[in-house]
Amino acid sequence: MAAEIKQAHQEIGGITVESVIETAEGRRDMTLNMGPQHPATHGVLRVVLDLQGENIVEATPHIGYLHRGIEKLAESRTYTQIIPLTDRTDYTAAMAGNQGLCVAVERLMELEVPVRGRYIRTMIAELQRIASHMVWLGTHALDIGASTVFLYCFREREQILDFFEKFCGARLTYSYYRVGGVMADAPPGVLQEIYDFTTNFVDRLAESEELLTGNDVWLARTQGVATISGPDAVAIGLTGPPLRGSGVGYDIRKTEPYDAYADMEFTVPTSDRGDVFGRYLVRIEELKQSTRIVRQCIERMPDGPVQVQDSMVTPPKREVSMTHMESMINHFMWNIHSFRAPKGEVYSAVESPKGELGYYIVSDGSNKPYRMRIRPPSFCNLQALPQLVKGYMVADVVAAIGSIDIVLGEVDR
Amino acid sequence: MGLDPDKLLDKLQERFPEALLERSVARGQATALVARDSIVEVCTFCRDEGDLRFDHLADVASVDWPERRERFDVVYHLYSISANHRLRLKVHAADGQEVATVTGVWPAANWLEREVYDLMGIPFANHPDLRRIMMWDDYPYHPLRKEFPTEGEPDVPQDYHVEFPPGLERT
Repeated sequence: MAAEIKQAHQEIGGITVESVIETAEGRRDMTLNMGPQHPATHGVLRVVLDLQGENIVEATPHIGYLHRGIEKLAESRTYTQIIPLTDRTDYTAAMAGNQGLCVAVERLMELEVPVRGRYIRTMIAELQRIASHMVWLGTHALDIGASTVFLYCFREREQILDFFEKFCGARLTYSYYRVGGVMADAPPGVLQEIYDFTTNFVDRLAESEELLTGNDVWLARTQGVATISGPDAVAIGLTGPPLRGSGVGYDIRKTEPYDAYADMEFTVPTSDRGDVFGRYLVRIEELKQSTRIVRQCIERMPDGPVQVQDSMVTPPKREVSMTHMESMINHFMWNIHSFRAPKGEVYSAVESPKGELGYYIVSDGSNKPYRMRIRPPSFCNLQALPQLVKGYMVADVVAAIGSIDIVLGEVDR
Repeated sequence: MGLDPDKLLDKLQERFPEALLERSVARGQATALVARDSIVEVCTFCRDEGDLRFDHLADVASVDWPERRERFDVVYHLYSISANHRLRLKVHAADGQEVATVTGVWPAANWLEREVYDLMGIPFANHPDLRRIMMWDDYPYHPLRKEFPTEGEPDVPQDYHVEFPPGLERT
């Protein structure tokens, strides 16, 4: 950095630039600060870009603006009380966070969820994947300049949120899953509504796809941009659609099936392109596969309980606790002390819409975890950003961030 | 699934009879406690050995056991995408004791180790970029340690000094 700094902190095109260096060849090298308040970073992500002209020499992400210490908070809460915290990690896919925790605690306690409970969970998780991918597709397209798709995608997502509202009363932070099952059975009629939705959804998705896949501007902005090879993607720890977009077909739903995924027929889409377009294709295909899984769940939905029938794990039914004294006592004890998990440790991963969502729980035999570690897919995927954008242009950073699909609530926890 | 958890641990024991301090299998998951000095060697073996092929470092976590002499556990969760099996490696470290970084084995360890360093205060030797990642640079505590209260420390400096450029001073 021998060249002199001409003017510090000047405004160029409405953006405050940290420093400008005019090189001997007349090229302007700058350090550009992007975020933490920037619409295309999808939250409070700050990226410091070292530029040579318009080319990126180095990108340094700075995170932690949304750090709330969820792992620390979890240590002073019972397992059931942690479920609302997991809603607030990946808030575009809160059901996936719930599911990750519940599957982990069930593995710790070696619990078997009833079949209907597992089917409802799988169906909800796939609807959540559709809703999360709809947010991704809409905002990713909006970042690149296709604003119509955004409205279409949010229309679809809105319907899914309506379904979730019928299931649990909430539209964003659901806390619908419970250790040992789900909070409540599906309300009457909603399964048919979801089935009808999936029928229309495939056509609606084709509308959005038509606006993008054959669009020259979209192709120019995504093809050959921010590429990463399969081995590099594995080494840097990418999981989920970004990894599958580089041709590595790692999907936890297939490799270590949980809930009802072992009974489902679906394929794991991959693309060998490794660029923004490849990741786009993978997610679009995933949406179709998720629709397939939702339909299979509804078609084969068995009858029966949706929660483990064990008074040590799940609270007594309301009808019983209001009429029997022992159940009333049980109800109070359960709500005050919750259940205990046996001593030991477990690492359990689920395939969230963003990638491998892992929970590492160390239990000391009490009703609270001694330590709970969340392995956040967004955090690990974001780590690849400097590698993805190096050598590309400033405008490609926006495309690259959109294509990894990060949620800052999960990155910072 | 790939290799049986017991077979995984047998492989490790065969190659590192000294460095493998403890082994256990619980809930179908294999755990190996490894000597702190040989963690990089063990990890390199795990990645390169033909039957193990742990190409994916899923997670680096840390656990605090304040009453133990070497109070920290650093926990590595390895996964093999090509062979589909998991392994948990652990090392123990006392307060202030350095653990060698595994960024040379898996670049993915970079941020994961930074987070352990930031929130638990375990330094990693030879790490390429060991800075705080969640908390700000001059934050004095490591919040995931057991002695840190959940409500936070009241005397934490809340503002940090920001140099505003001329003409943009806060009024």
